[in-house]
Amino acid sequence: MTRTTSPIFGRLDWSVTPYTDLLRKVDSNSLVGAGAATVLVLGAIVTIALITWKKWWGPLFKDWLTSPDAKKIGIMYIVLGLVMMARGIAEGFVMRTHQTTALGTLAEPEKGLVAPEHFSQLFSTHGTIMIFFVAMPLLIGLINFVLPQQLGARDMAFPVLNQVSLGLTAAGAGLVMISLLIGKFGTGGWTMYPPYTGITYSPGEGVDYWVWAILISGLGSTLTGMNFAVTIFKNRAPGMEFMRMPLFCWTSLCVAIMLIYAMPALTVSSAMLALDRYAGFRFFANDGGGNMMNYANIFWMFGHPEVYILILPAFGVFSEISSTFSGKKLYGYTSLVIASMSIAVISFTVWLHHFFTMGQSAGVNIAFGIATMIIAIPTGVKIYDWMATMWRGRVRLTTPIVYLTGFFLLFVIGGLSGIILANPSIDYQVHNTTFLVAHFHNVIIPGTLFGMLAGIHYWYPKAFGYRLDETWGRRTALLFVAGFMLTFLPLYVLGLMGLPRRSPTFQNPAFMPWMIVAEVGACLMLAALASLFWTFRTSFKNRTKLAVPGGDPWNGATLEWSTPAPVPEWTFPCIPEVTARDDWGETKRAGDPWRAPDTYSDIEMPANTLHGLLIAAASFGLGFAMVWHIWWLAIVSFLAIPGIMAVRGMREIEPKIIPASQVREEDRKFRERVASLTPVTRADEASERNQGVPDLSEFAG
Amino acid sequence: MSDNTLYPGLNLGDSHGEAHVGAETTVFGFWVFVMSDLIIFGILFAAYASYLDPLGLAGAPGPKDLFDIRSVAIQTGLLLLGGTAYGGVSLSVKYNCSRARVLGWLAVCAALGAGFLFFEIKDFVSQAGEGGVPQASGWLSSYWALVGLHGVHVSSGIVWIIAMMGQIVWRGIDDAVKIRLSMLGVFWHFLDLVWIGIFSFVFLVPLA
Ligand code: HEM
Ligand SMILES: [Cu+2]
Repeated sequence: MTRTTSPIFGRLDWSVTPYTDLLRKVDSNSLVGAGAATVLVLGAIVTIALITWKKWWGPLFKDWLTSPDAKKIGIMYIVLGLVMMARGIAEGFVMRTHQTTALGTLAEPEKGLVAPEHFSQLFSTHGTIMIFFVAMPLLIGLINFVLPQQLGARDMAFPVLNQVSLGLTAAGAGLVMISLLIGKFGTGGWTMYPPYTGITYSPGEGVDYWVWAILISGLGSTLTGMNFAVTIFKNRAPGMEFMRMPLFCWTSLCVAIMLIYAMPALTVSSAMLALDRYAGFRFFANDGGGNMMNYANIFWMFGHPEVYILILPAFGVFSEISSTFSGKKLYGYTSLVIASMSIAVISFTVWLHHFFTMGQSAGVNIAFGIATMIIAIPTGVKIYDWMATMWRGRVRLTTPIVYLTGFFLLFVIGGLSGIILANPSIDYQVHNTTFLVAHFHNVIIPGTLFGMLAGIHYWYPKAFGYRLDETWGRRTALLFVAGFMLTFLPLYVLGLMGLPRRSPTFQNPAFMPWMIVAEVGACLMLAALASLFWTFRTSFKNRTKLAVPGGDPWNGATLEWSTPAPVPEWTFPCIPEVTARDDWGETKRAGDPWRAPDTYSDIEMPANTLHGLLIAAASFGLGFAMVWHIWWLAIVSFLAIPGIMAVRGMREIEPKIIPASQVREEDRKFRERVASLTPVTRADEASERNQGVPDLSEFAG
Repeated sequence: MSDNTLYPGLNLGDSHGEAHVGAETTVFGFWVFVMSDLIIFGILFAAYASYLDPLGLAGAPGPKDLFDIRSVAIQTGLLLLGGTAYGGVSLSVKYNCSRARVLGWLAVCAALGAGFLFFEIKDFVSQAGEGGVPQASGWLSSYWALVGLHGVHVSSGIVWIIAMMGQIVWRGIDDAVKIRLSMLGVFWHFLDLVWIGIFSFVFLVPLA
């Protein structure tokens, strides 16, 4: 099939929407495709209408989209992650439903809800979205929100760059989203291995959508990594020595370092793939000196560190909440620091376990197998540290602790199945089966996802001034735990029975019982998602009752709990002088933690700017134009990026100054407020009596 | 600020007050960026090495057929001189020399960089004429990608130099401009460093 390329519209024409497929043939496959596109279109229309109706465009623009404040950027990342998660989970559900109906016979081998090609798109978008546009935005968002506050800094080292990173990530997410409506996504899985994804076997726009989404958002993540690292090295409050940093800051540092060193590998492998596809290079071709193994190696040089990028922030969250909610100091702080750093370093030495079966010698395989198993040691240390932290503490079963408990039970299973897979001879048997699918979901969902949701629950009051509803929070957590178990534990069994991953169909009736269990699980996952959104909604409705203006609803020990909730734009009225690890806890122990600072001074904040939005628009334009071969638009967008930067460089940009009098006034109001509120004991923490001022006599952390 | 926390390289110095302090964070951040960029080059070097065998060469024109070591030597000379010339920029900024002086040194850097690009592109064109196009073999793909990426870096360095010259004319050598000039310095020297790797491993090793 040769397609003509118009000079104006490139390869775009009316045949690219799923509605065209629906017109051609009505079946469950084309209905699902058109339905998904309709959800996207309707969702966009409803959102735009709602914003217009409520007259939110102004505030959205002024307070959010143009804000270089790391806290707001963090929240926007998290919103992006949650929206994308809704799509990812829905796709997971469609895939499970497809497989449940996909039992074929010898006479009719292909069956099921969607066509095989469509199924391949589903697992490719699902994997891509979940890793790059759910897990990454959630963790980057959480770090953005929490890290400066915990370090005693007002903002990231490079606030405007931070905005640009968000813009690039959103542009990438936008490309994946638009592929629902315009054209198709690739079918090569989230790894997009050539030569299958080369131009010969995958002509068309699908792989290009992936390539440009990854290149653009990957650049954003690299810049984020730099930003985090420089913030930690240069912006700590006076007295915040490295060994006084909360553990979440340490794991953020690990993440930063890994982003800096790992993301370039992804950039290179995707750029090489793009050169192969667009310019006929032969990096990964089958003949003429191409070598596909280079793709596998470079991709996984990124890919393995990536999975630790995903998990380490969750480890950071669990360190914070295990200590806060059991009212004890974190057990084994130093060992946790060393363990995190070891994980970060070792994770660069194990990438080959992703392709044990691709032809290296047994000696090489076993070296990487052993390296992989070694990571279990620091990880195990951490699990014991958290359990020891909770041991004999007065543990409150809040939502984050429900997630933590689920994590303890399930993550260990996932970790152990990882050790099993790390053994090359076993891997030869089960690689590429749903055993593997079960394994990685088993670490990503109870690890990353639970960690991020626990973190969101924990820091939510700091962002918005009110707690999330505990009852619905716990319900959501339990639904996720149960949903996870029913969906994914059967996949271990199915994998051992021989079901390959990414199978659009199968002919073995013995698989069916497990398929049905997994389908029930997928329904529970959908319910959990709904329950999560319901939690946000009812909490918002009850926000006056759930308000915690005192700012310290959980009797915490780290700096971020010393400020009001919601935290003001400038975070601290005056940069704190840190004298101990868990400085806020030490101040509590010394009595009268809410003493006002002696002096206030003007605060300089970065001014709002359009820069991030402009760069995001240009890079989205570039990606879209490249996907559809609209060369003029590609050139314009490409030149726009340095142009935008040059224009900004020419201007002298004045910071925003917040006068000392305003800071003093707000701070006085906050301190009076705290004095007027009744302190709450731990036992009452989940009730309406919790207004954010804890009973100090109970603080033991 | 004690001296041992300064970023590596030529600092502005205490007399520059705010710019000196601000440069600390910003230029450090730029070092981190360059480190990340170095990984990109590192991977491309590794890929180049992996394609440098009969399988990767795949019967297409190889190093011995394509490389003109004289031209490469000229390029090396021009680029390294350009790097040295940036010392003029840094010192003129540090010692508060006139605007014209800074602009002059920047122009020298840009000119030497452009000279480098001229010879590099000339080589690329003649190699393509001899059948050494990137589509011809895995090795050629990796050669074009690695050396080409360096060339793209040099071109963007030149664009950056021109943008800085614009800023100097437009807004003068204020704190922000000083900091940016320090970053540009790190970038410009980084390109020399990568080139030394390219010169040795891409050109000399296969010819040896
Ligand atoms: C919440 C409910 C979820 C369901 C029902 C679900 C379901 C699925 C299914 C059915 C597949 C295809 C398995 C196969 O190849 O046979 C899959 C693949 C995958 N999932 Fe999920 N998943 C869920 C959540 C997640 C999350 C939270 C993540 C990561 C953050 C994730 C990451 C992936 C990845 C990376 C793949 C591999 C895609 C590929 O084959 O290239 N999933 N998932
Ligand atoms: Cu791995």
